[in-house]
Amino acid sequence: MTSFKQIGNELYSGERSFDFVGRRKIWYTIGAVLVILSVLLPIVRGGFNFGIEFRGGSEFRLTNSQELPLELAEQAIHTVVPEVEVVVTEVGLSDIRIQTEQLADVESEAARLALAEAYQVEDSAVASSFIGPNWGADVTRQAITGLLVFLVLVSILMAIYFRSWKMSASALIALAHDLILTIGVYAAVGFEITPAAVIGFLTILSYSLYDTVVVFDKVRENTLDVEFSETRTFAEMVNLAVNQTLVRSINTSIVAVLPVASILFVGATLLGAGTLRDISLALFVGTIVGTYSSIFLAAPVYVHLRENEEKLKTASDKVAANRQ
Amino acid sequence: MAENTTTQSAKRKLGWIGGIAAFFAGLIVWGVASGQPGASYTPELALDLQGGTSIILTPTLADGETVDEEQLNQALEIIRQRIDGTGVSEAQVSIQGEQNILVSIPGTPDATTLQLIKASALLEFRPVITFAASTPSTESATIDFSALNDTPSATPANASDALWVTERVQAQFEALDCSQSFRTAGQVDDPAKPLVTCDDTGAVKYILGPVEVFGLNIANATSGTVTTQTGASTNDWAVNLEFDAEGTAAFGSVTSRLFTSPSPQNQFAITLDGLVITAPATNAVITNGQAQITGSFTQETATVLADQLKYGALPIGFEVQSQENVSATLGEDSLTAGLIAGLIGLIVVVVYMTFTYRGLASVVLGSLIVVALLVYLAVAFLSWRQGYRLSLAGVAGLIVAIGITADSFIVYFERVRDELREGKTLEVAVEAGWKRALRTILVSDAVSLTAAVVLYLLTSSSVRGFAFTLGLTTIIDLLVVALFTHPMLQLLARNKFFASGHKWSGFDLSASKAAYLGRAQFRVSAELAEGKAEKASKEAKKRQTIAERKAKETAND
Repeated sequence: MTSFKQIGNELYSGERSFDFVGRRKIWYTIGAVLVILSVLLPIVRGGFNFGIEFRGGSEFRLTNSQELPLELAEQAIHTVVPEVEVVVTEVGLSDIRIQTEQLADVESEAARLALAEAYQVEDSAVASSFIGPNWGADVTRQAITGLLVFLVLVSILMAIYFRSWKMSASALIALAHDLILTIGVYAAVGFEITPAAVIGFLTILSYSLYDTVVVFDKVRENTLDVEFSETRTFAEMVNLAVNQTLVRSINTSIVAVLPVASILFVGATLLGAGTLRDISLALFVGTIVGTYSSIFLAAPVYVHLRENEEKLKTASDKVAANRQ
Repeated sequence: MAENTTTQSAKRKLGWIGGIAAFFAGLIVWGVASGQPGASYTPELALDLQGGTSIILTPTLADGETVDEEQLNQALEIIRQRIDGTGVSEAQVSIQGEQNILVSIPGTPDATTLQLIKASALLEFRPVITFAASTPSTESATIDFSALNDTPSATPANASDALWVTERVQAQFEALDCSQSFRTAGQVDDPAKPLVTCDDTGAVKYILGPVEVFGLNIANATSGTVTTQTGASTNDWAVNLEFDAEGTAAFGSVTSRLFTSPSPQNQFAITLDGLVITAPATNAVITNGQAQITGSFTQETATVLADQLKYGALPIGFEVQSQENVSATLGEDSLTAGLIAGLIGLIVVVVYMTFTYRGLASVVLGSLIVVALLVYLAVAFLSWRQGYRLSLAGVAGLIVAIGITADSFIVYFERVRDELREGKTLEVAVEAGWKRALRTILVSDAVSLTAAVVLYLLTSSSVRGFAFTLGLTTIIDLLVVALFTHPMLQLLARNKFFASGHKWSGFDLSASKAAYLGRAQFRVSAELAEGKAEKASKEAKKRQTIAERKAKETAND
């Protein structure tokens, strides 16, 4: 068996090499297809399904629960509207607050009666009303402003550090790919979009850029004196850099995905729907896609953007001549 | 000598990280032992895990008045900003039913917090027309104010004009007893009319002219202690105001008028929700748009007022309809499940690391334990000092962050291996690899840190909580890799087991030796076969390291 270490050594020396840059058309096609699917699938499924935190919903208030278990409320609601998400909270000493997504008037009245019956109280002891979103439009607006400012700043930061705006552009393209895919898969599975999921998407946003920067730093190092190279073209140098960081990319993604997978597994099996499941699904998909795109998209796009530069062309012609 | 200095510097760095951990641990122990409010060995939990208090606010409206949705949304936004301004508690604010606002916050709010949430914080600047000491009223007869004339006999020249004092205003002023409650909660006064009111201590009553500068025109507000003209700081607290362009112009023209007026009409009253908090005499024309409110402030009340003014006044008055404890929505089993998942994740990570990095996994494990310890201390410390609350999403974020933190170690280890492949000895490789890895780690962490800072400053609610967690873990990541992982490797490089390149050390060189032998042969033979060796050989030779050359020599032998 060729050991992992052996492969690492061969990747470093260039003896073993995967052609990430050369076969970019394949990766572009795969990327495009996945992005289109990620946009189409949720639409086919009927758009994004936002949770009560975003849309508001129905709220029931039951007075004098006689300290009966809270699960009764969930069961009572499910007899009226199966599979709806129910949040039950104890309020004060003996009151219960039950929140669900917005129910139709008829359902809401039926749910109210079902709750009264479950807790054996008068119908009048259960009041129903509307609860507005606690993740309001203002939170979303601020988050979007924050994101735009962040993206501009980080693009400038990368352009200064790498001395090339094309690295920023490639990283942003890979980032867009990662986010669309993550959100697409999340929505395609049919999970409700909750604040926990949004936090997951934001984590992916920062992880995707982080991972691309690590790969690009090696690319920067390898291509420092590309103009004087006589044996390797720019594309080959970038490809070598990606291969040399391949072991790190694989190790990092595995190490990042393992705890997420464990949360996803525990969250989904022990707890069912909820915060842990939502955030870990977003992270699970995003981490894998984020690592993938740094290698298969960001680096090839960067080469694509730069290889027609005059200096690099001259250098690669020289290399080609040397090989004659 | 060189070895000694490296060892010493490694030990010094380890001492630093130990010192940082000990410092925060010590602070927390001191906080708990001396009974500081909020200090605890365990981090405070957020609403979803611990429950808290839910407060229902109802707008105070006159008969027939209604609130529209826009006003409610505006009030909601301001309340959220005010709460966020106090820390990272991830409170929930939403509209309930037709017109109520439901605020859920972790823990039990004290009077100051309640005041922060519900006060309209309508700040107005009105000129003083006259004032008198408030005396308990002896007359029990109620006067019908609406029967009295309320139209000035002539159009008043400016807001300080005594013509504003109509028959009705005068009667109200005379009847006013500041020791009795005379305002309804959330009462809103007409800014274009004079106002009869008391100061907030109930000692003095005033007749004030119409509003001349609105709180709306405050661009920023901060709290601080008053400094004397010599620059010495006193113990008096004040709120410093900064006006926008419109406010600056209005404030300038008012102060220039009052400056030349006789007492008491040279006084300028600052009212908050209808009560006078201070009414200083104007002793300068202020044109720079800066003002300072002094009064009977404590640090706490000054901070609350500054926070309220900064985010603006609520468009409508509110009163607390009910305040009740709420239970956690997720509760113990969710937290336990999260922690179990985290533990499983950690074990699997260590197993995987042992598989790829062999003996080095012990450094990974050690580093991860240090990260976990520092994160715990930081969260406990910040929940005490900053009101940080750990939600389930936060717990998941921290667990995941630990995985991502491990990337710094991987980047570093891979760089060290790269250096070893170049034929360097372990000690040299550890240093050279660190120089290259540090660059990568710094720039990639700069990306995460930018995300954290920007999102923390610009967003609210749970996005802000996320940004806080991200920033925290990024900084801890940097600290640990620089002050623990790197010095540990420096020390281990001197250890016989690791330096020998033992199969289990993670720095096993046998595989790379084989690779170099193979590569040298391969490259030379292939190039010779093609007959192109000469052109390429110059650079190839230059790029060969000692190890490669040696390997080639052995191969040729």
